[in-house]
Amino acid sequence: MKLAYYPGCTLKAHGKNFEETALCSLKELGIEVQEIPRWNCCGTVFSLATDDVIHHVAPIRNLLRAQEAGFDAVVTLCAMCYNTLKRADARLQESSEVRDKLHRFMNEEKINYDGGVRVFHYLELIRDQITLETVASLVKKPLKGLRVASYYGCLLVRPKGIGFDDLENPVIMDQLVSSLGAEAIDFPHKTECCGAYQTVDKPQVVALRAGQILKAAREQGAEAVAVSCPLCAFNLDYRQKDIRQLEPDFPTMPILYFTQLMALALGCPEETLRLDLHEVDPRPLFKKKGLI
Amino acid sequence: MRVSISQKKIRDSFVQKVQEISGQNLLVCYQCGKCSAGCPAVSEMDILPNQVIRFAQLGLKEELLNCRAVWACASCLTCNVRCPKGIKIAEVMEAIRQILLRQRRDHVDITKIPLEKRKEFPAIALISNFRKFTS
Repeated sequence: MKLAYYPGCTLKAHGKNFEETALCSLKELGIEVQEIPRWNCCGTVFSLATDDVIHHVAPIRNLLRAQEAGFDAVVTLCAMCYNTLKRADARLQESSEVRDKLHRFMNEEKINYDGGVRVFHYLELIRDQITLETVASLVKKPLKGLRVASYYGCLLVRPKGIGFDDLENPVIMDQLVSSLGAEAIDFPHKTECCGAYQTVDKPQVVALRAGQILKAAREQGAEAVAVSCPLCAFNLDYRQKDIRQLEPDFPTMPILYFTQLMALALGCPEETLRLDLHEVDPRPLFKKKGLI
Repeated sequence: MRVSISQKKIRDSFVQKVQEISGQNLLVCYQCGKCSAGCPAVSEMDILPNQVIRFAQLGLKEELLNCRAVWACASCLTCNVRCPKGIKIAEVMEAIRQILLRQRRDHVDITKIPLEKRKEFPAIALISNFRKFTS
């Protein structure tokens, strides 16, 4: 399988800590990926209106670019990119009307895209192709004593048929965290929406939502929360500032991309973790555990 | 909330439009309320997700086009995956937003968000917000 990599916009800016750690961990696992040439923004949200086909052009064009470059599979890291790419591909394949319309929208392209590029999330790849046993066998620095709650949010698991784990009780990230030597903490809010893009126009609502999620994780004993979506990461991490304005004694909680935990355990250099990009600094926790 | 129902409203093209844009058959809903029970945004809603469906069945156009509920929905799809009748409630919410947005009635005005706040947001937050809340 020749694997293309689709980074998406946020990973090139605010989410550098996500991208750099993912690429380093892939290298440590011996997986080669190549960034899709001339990729564009996926549009972030899949259009839910049946008559809105134009918004599928952006995600489909990325799959077309991948196909043009000779790839039959794409791996993504961001939960929203994963969802949008995979759903647009499914929509194109289930309706010939949508497919024909998309071909006409993109008639300047050299090829027509008819499906055939499989979309994977990195976590899915770890579970199904790389295997957790392989990951565990390559751990150089076990994350011993670190208690991590995995927060999946919405788009890794929903809708049915697109998500790659149980709708109500996903476990893949917990299993990964365990194979890195950390303690996986189960908590009831793992698929409860953080408020997503409401953060722009209703930040106070998202702060309340993030506060509830983090409190639930802390109550189960978590010291950090792992995520796979840059928007969840922003909401859970940066909104803690707003939570503390409402509740000054709210104890902060570091928010980490699952790839940062991987990079740390697999022995990537500390600079790749880009711990400077966090609102709540994870370094005191890592130092306390003797991990950095 | 006091609402008045009539044959005229039920037969209004608004009901058809909501069904067409959402791709959902509204009459399938039997009002069990499971969507509202699991919705993480209900505390911000003036009418609950199951009521949005009921109002749409009854053609209560003004109530729906002026409600806060559809803008509180973040399309997390929890309602969709739990509906025992397979109705995609999030798609119905989207249809109502779309009816407004297609008349250029935007929910968010970027110029009203202070510049220093705008700089703070990652691309993913701004793009998804504008995709959902502006025309």
